Amino acid sequence: MRIFSPEAYAKSVVASVQEYSLLCARAVANIFSRPRYMADIYAQMDSIGAGSLPIVVLTGFFTGCVLALQSAVNLKVFGAVNMTGELVTLAMIKELGPVLTGLMISGRNTSGMASELGSMNVTEQLDAMRALGTDPIRKLVTPRLVATVVMVFFLTIISDACGVGGGAFVAVYMLKLNAAQFFHTGYMSLEHGDIVEGLVKPVFSGFIIATIGCYYGLRTTGGTRGVGQATTQAVVSSSVLIILVDFLVTQLMIGIFGR
Amino acid sequence: MTATAENPWMAEFLSRGGPMVEFENVSIGFEGNPVLRDISFQVALGETRILLGPAGGGKSVLMKLVNGLLMPDRGRIRVFGRWLNEMNEDEIFQMRAHIGMVFQESALFDSINVEDNVAYRLEEDHVPPQEIHERVLEVLRFVDLEEAIEKFPAELSGGMRRRVSIARAIIGRPELLLYDSPTGGLDPITSSTIIELVVKQRDVSGATCLLITHRLQDAFTLATHRFNLRENRMEPIPNHRVDPGTRFLVLNEGRVVFDGTTLELTHTEDPWLREFIQ
Repeated sequence: MRIFSPEAYAKSVVASVQEYSLLCARAVANIFSRPRYMADIYAQMDSIGAGSLPIVVLTGFFTGCVLALQSAVNLKVFGAVNMTGELVTLAMIKELGPVLTGLMISGRNTSGMASELGSMNVTEQLDAMRALGTDPIRKLVTPRLVATVVMVFFLTIISDACGVGGGAFVAVYMLKLNAAQFFHTGYMSLEHGDIVEGLVKPVFSGFIIATIGCYYGLRTTGGTRGVGQATTQAVVSSSVLIILVDFLVTQLMIGIFGR
Repeated sequence: MTATAENPWMAEFLSRGGPMVEFENVSIGFEGNPVLRDISFQVALGETRILLGPAGGGKSVLMKLVNGLLMPDRGRIRVFGRWLNEMNEDEIFQMRAHIGMVFQESALFDSINVEDNVAYRLEEDHVPPQEIHERVLEVLRFVDLEEAIEKFPAELSGGMRRRVSIARAIIGRPELLLYDSPTGGLDPITSSTIIELVVKQRDVSGATCLLITHRLQDAFTLATHRFNLRENRMEPIPNHRVDPGTRFLVLNEGRVVFDGTTLELTHTEDPWLREFIQ
C-alpha cells in the first residue's frame, strides 16, 4: 500500500500550477509571433461561437423569464413591481449573463477541448505533430484561446439581450406590465461601470475555458479512461474557476466604480 | 526545396561527416522508475541501426529522445553534430525537419484525410499546392497506396495506416528516419510488405535509420536483403552476405547489452543474448 505523502502532494500541486502558468504564457505569447494559424482560429470561432449560439440564446432567454417572474412576486410585496425591468436588466448584464454564458460554454467547449486534445495525446498524434515540426501549443491551444475569448465576449452580449428580452416577455404577457416602462427603467438603471463589468467578465471566462480545457487535454494519460477523467476534471475546474474569478472581478469593479 | 538546402548547418554537417546520432551516458526515468540507464552508442551516416529487446526495455523512449520529444535526466544526446541540450525549442523544431518518424500506432491525424496527413509537413512549410499534390502522389506511389489518397485513417487497415505513416515520414526527404515498431501488431504478410518498404527506402534514399522491432525475422531480413530497383522487388544479398551498414543495439531493462554488427550478434557467446535471439 502506498503511503500518502504531503510533500509529494504539495510538489505535484506546485508543478501543476507551474505547468498551467507556462501553458498560458506560451499560448498568449504565440499570438504576437508567427506562424499564426488563422484558418484554425476561424474554424474554432465557428465551432465555439455558432455552435454555442442555441444554448446561449435559450439559457439567456429563460433566465430572464424566471428572473422577471421571481422578482415580480417579491417586489409586489413592497408595491414595487414596476422595478422589475431595472432588476432584470441589472442582474442579467452585471452577473447572470456573463456567468451563465461562461458556465454553458464551459460545459460544452471545455469538455470538447479536453477530450479532443486528450485523445490526440493518448494516440501519439501530439507527438507526431511535434515530430513534424509543429508546436501543438501554437497550432491547437492559441487558436482555441483567441476564438474562445472573442466568441464568449459576443455570446455574452447576445445572452444579455435575450435575458432582457425574456424578462420583458414575462413582464408584458404574464405580469401585464408596460413594455416601455420595463425597458426604460432597465435602461436608466444602467451605468458605465455596469456595462464594463458585464464585458470584462466574459474575457476572463473565455480565457479560463480555453486554457483549462487545453491544459487537461495536453496532460492526459491512461488511454480512453484517462480522456474521460480529463474531460470531467476540466469541466469541474473551469466551472469553479469561472465563478471564483467572477467574484474577484465583481469585487474589483465595486472597488473601481463603487457599485 | 529540401530542408537541407534551407539549413546551411545541415549541409555543412553532411559534408563534414561524423555520427548522425550520439548518446553519451544517457539516463531517463518516469515517476522515480528508471527506464534507460547510462546508454551510450553512436549511429553513423547511412547506417541502419536495429533496436531489439524485450517489451518495456525503453526502446520507444530512446527513439523519442533522438527526436527531442523527451529530454534525458542525465547525459547528453547529439543529433546531426549538435547537442540537443544546447538547442532552444525553435532549433529543435528546425532539426526535426530533417527527421522522419513512423510511430508505433501510426499516429495519423484522424480528422484529416490521407492526402492532408501526408502533406502536413509541406503545408506547414508553405510549399505551393501543386507541388504538394505531386509530392504526395509520388510518396503514396512509393508505398503503393495511391488509391487511398481521399480516405480517412479510420477507413484504412493497420498495414495501410503504417504505409501512410511511412509516406508522411519520408515526404520531407529526411536525412534520418526513425521507425518505432513499424510491423508491431501486423500479420506476417503485411509485416513483410512494410519491411520491404523500409529496405526500399533505405536503398533508394540512403538515409540513416533507426528501427525498433520485436520480430527478429524482420531484423535479419533488413540485414540480409537489398532492393532491386529494376525488378521493383526485394531480394537476398548474393552469396549469403549481410548488409555492412546494418548494426544492432539490444536493450534489456534499460541497459545496452549488445552493440555490434549482424555477424557479431549471431555469433555472440552471451547466454541471455543467445536465448533472446533463438
